Amino acid sequence: MSLNYIIAMLLFTLGIYCLLIKRNIVKMVIGLGVLTNGLHLFLISLGYREGGIAPILAGKMLENGATAEFAAAAVDPIPQALVLTSIVINVCTMALALSLAIYIYRHYGTLNPFKIRRLRG
Amino acid sequence: MRQAVALILVLAVGALLIFTVNAYLLPFGRFPERRIGGFENESVGKRILEDAPITTGSANVVTSVVWDYRGYDTLGESTILFTAVCGVAMLFRVARRRS
Amino acid sequence: MAGMTVIVRTIGRLLFPFLFLFGAYIIVHGQLTPGGGFQGGVVLASAVILLLLAYGMEGAQAKVNALQAELADALGGMILVWMGLMGIIVGIAFFQNVLPFGSLGQVLSAGNLPVFNLGVGIKVAASILMVFYAMLRIQGGKEE
Repeated sequence: MSLNYIIAMLLFTLGIYCLLIKRNIVKMVIGLGVLTNGLHLFLISLGYREGGIAPILAGKMLENGATAEFAAAAVDPIPQALVLTSIVINVCTMALALSLAIYIYRHYGTLNPFKIRRLRG
Repeated sequence: MRQAVALILVLAVGALLIFTVNAYLLPFGRFPERRIGGFENESVGKRILEDAPITTGSANVVTSVVWDYRGYDTLGESTILFTAVCGVAMLFRVARRRS
Repeated sequence: MAGMTVIVRTIGRLLFPFLFLFGAYIIVHGQLTPGGGFQGGVVLASAVILLLLAYGMEGAQAKVNALQAELADALGGMILVWMGLMGIIVGIAFFQNVLPFGSLGQVLSAGNLPVFNLGVGIKVAASILMVFYAMLRIQGGKEE
């Protein structure tokens, strides 16, 4: 019953709700962003250790190099690296989707994805 | 009508996700333990935490994972960034009139 | 796109070098503190966007052209791939470490890592700036 997982899945559900029900392309892209943020929160919460420190050597630990006590007290570094990559990819996707939305508005005059199929030319 | 069906579907998916997360995952905050039948105590992350400052020489383990252990992923991500920016710049070209 | 009032313009002009320095600090200390190439690149881009908001399009283009942004984007990508190819020229594998390791906790340590961080920082800053310029219809290149 931990709060991190529940809120991550709640954000995911809100993102899916936006994608299914809204009738405006810009609002759908906002829903995409909320969904992806929920997933990132879930991934990072998977690698947490109770009372852990950040996986960065600093201060006194630098003098004796890598010690076993650092590896016994730090949180998982792998989900943080993967989420870094995922955030950049999310930014690229949303930039391209919003540019296509501007292009569609210039060409069709409407931002409703259900009306775009029926216009010709 | 369509909106009611979609709302029910979203609520069902949400309830299923929250139930699954609470019942079938490990409790929050147990990092090296993995769940394979019993609870094991070895992870790739633990091995990287022991190895990284000696093998790569960097004090920041996350940066060494991004560039040394997973360098190809970061190279592919740079390619994605480049392609997306090329696409955005292409969509907004203003045609100049030659007169 | 017009600029803003005198107060915003003065503070923007005073804050720009400090923002630039902060972004460069995050990029260079990527192997010692949290941060690295991507985060520092975004801070660098936001420094130029502050100038864009305060002075209008002409003020930002006096600092960084659209053509310079495109060239910087390509330069960042080329630094990344050339440092990878140095691994093939010198040793065995594609992304092999060619620079010396140094001691733990200094700025010049960890082999190839500082050069990679620099390349990606320039690339991300130029990419975000190019997206802004493209959406405001600012183009580089030859005038006809």
